[in-house]
Amino acid sequence: MGVATGAGRPTADRAPGGIELRGVTKRFLTPSGASMTALRDVDMAVAPGQFCAVVGPTGCGKSTTLTLVSGLDRPSAGTVRVGGQPVEGIPKGIGFVFQNDALLPWKTVLGNVVLGPMFRGVPRREAEARGREWLEVVGLADFAGHHPHQLSGGMRKRVSLAAALINEPSILLMDEPFGALDVQTKAIMSNELLALWEQTRPSVIFVTHDLEEAIGLADRVVVMTAGPGTVKAVYDIDLPRPRGAVQEIRFEPRFLEIHHQIWESLRSEVGRAYARTAAARAPVGGQA
Amino acid sequence: MTDDAKLAAQSTVSASGRVAGDAGAVAAEAMRRRRRRRLLTYAGRLLTLALIVGGWQVLTDVKIVDAFFFGSPIGIVNRLVDWAEHGTAYGSLWEQIWITIEEALLGFLAGVASGVIFGVALGEFRYLADVLGPYIKVVNALPRIVLGSIFIIWLGLGMSSKVVLAAVLVFFVVFFNAFQGVRDVDRNLVANARILGASRLQITRHVVLPSALTWIIASLHVSLGFSIIGAIVGEFLGAQKGLGLVIATAQNTFDANGVFAAMLVIGILALSAEALMAQLERRLLSWRPPSSAEIADAAVT
Repeated sequence: MGVATGAGRPTADRAPGGIELRGVTKRFLTPSGASMTALRDVDMAVAPGQFCAVVGPTGCGKSTTLTLVSGLDRPSAGTVRVGGQPVEGIPKGIGFVFQNDALLPWKTVLGNVVLGPMFRGVPRREAEARGREWLEVVGLADFAGHHPHQLSGGMRKRVSLAAALINEPSILLMDEPFGALDVQTKAIMSNELLALWEQTRPSVIFVTHDLEEAIGLADRVVVMTAGPGTVKAVYDIDLPRPRGAVQEIRFEPRFLEIHHQIWESLRSEVGRAYARTAAARAPVGGQA
Repeated sequence: MTDDAKLAAQSTVSASGRVAGDAGAVAAEAMRRRRRRRLLTYAGRLLTLALIVGGWQVLTDVKIVDAFFFGSPIGIVNRLVDWAEHGTAYGSLWEQIWITIEEALLGFLAGVASGVIFGVALGEFRYLADVLGPYIKVVNALPRIVLGSIFIIWLGLGMSSKVVLAAVLVFFVVFFNAFQGVRDVDRNLVANARILGASRLQITRHVVLPSALTWIIASLHVSLGFSIIGAIVGEFLGAQKGLGLVIATAQNTFDANGVFAAMLVIGILALSAEALMAQLERRLLSWRPPSSAEIADAAVT
């Protein structure tokens, strides 16, 4: 994939994008009035420019972690720091790619991509010029005037990616971004994501339940326990960069070795989560 | 190019040519079938109309049905021609029509504007909705047509009482839809806009309003009909001009043809308003994917 020269430029005013969670607990009130603990005592650190993947069984609070880092929600206890500053409101330099592409269906592709700059007061003409650059980067230059419903899932994902990256975030949060894509499209999108990331090097937290995807993309893989979620283990992935094609790296001996190691740790959590939902269907918060 | 390659190229060309020909024939056949079907539909509709109107006329002609009570198609047409040429008891027919249109339109605009403003405001500010909710439910539970009487006492027999009645009828429909539309906004979209740096006002303008617009526009169809009802019922209750008054007068003089004639005029009015609204809707919601019902519709016609 060709990366246009102008769009990926690093900006001088980017805050250093380290992320740090310390003793973070998050409780929710269930509709019946009980308290449900989604995260318990989470300690996690992502160095500036690091690609960190978070894996764990369904319902372990992976997404909750992202909403806390993005400032969309506040922790019940503990501190979340972004770029050294405690998170209050939406921190500067955050980009978020949601699982369901959060594109505005009534805006065109270009209109969606330029939302970030427009909200930040960039004049329309300049915003659209940058938007077109970014559409070029993600290979959708010819679709600027289309509406989201006219695009395929993979294309919509690229629009979301461009819409998040046009703000030149120093921190990119991704919540199972490719979860809804078919396997081939997912592989292509993973490669494109890596190429983009290597251009601008934001810090990334990439939530997924696909371990292969996590290892293929990340510098570090965090395994979380079944809910209430907490960090079970952290693995540094020493596969060399640039990684190249994600679908080929899977067959390298070192990849398999790492995969085996992490899966051992993840398997018991997945089993626990499954046993819990399969048995009794008791409220998860009961034991918190 | 070798001979083999040439041969291969030729064969693919002829193959694709044949395929294209087949596709053309299939398309032509499908078009022909569709045209035929459309023709049949229109013929059926015309026949139905002829049967009803003709039957009515014949039944009254042979005195099976009393034309004094039920009117007759020819009587209705004569009444309309008479009104158009000599005017009604309250001035020309066109003036009556225009008065009713004006009342309905003003009421519609006022009702839609206030409905959208209140709906969006209550949708956006939870506290306001919690405080006002029960009162709105009470007012909504009233059969609002009876408010017409109080409006006539307050505002007199002129146009304003009809405009207000039409506006009230429209308001509640639009209000509830706007409110629901705002509540129905995809939280994901709002979260995304917040992260992209949108202020509260920008979220309302770029995310909430367009999203609620689908609901609001759906309510406009119904409200347009309500605005006409409001205007005519208002005229019924007490007025100096308008189609409602024409109907009321026809009723009081046992003029069945007059009632039907005014009904016909109102029907044409409502249908044209509906057509205009459909046009507007198509323009405002052009971003939407065609729904499956619309696709089926396109296939039939």
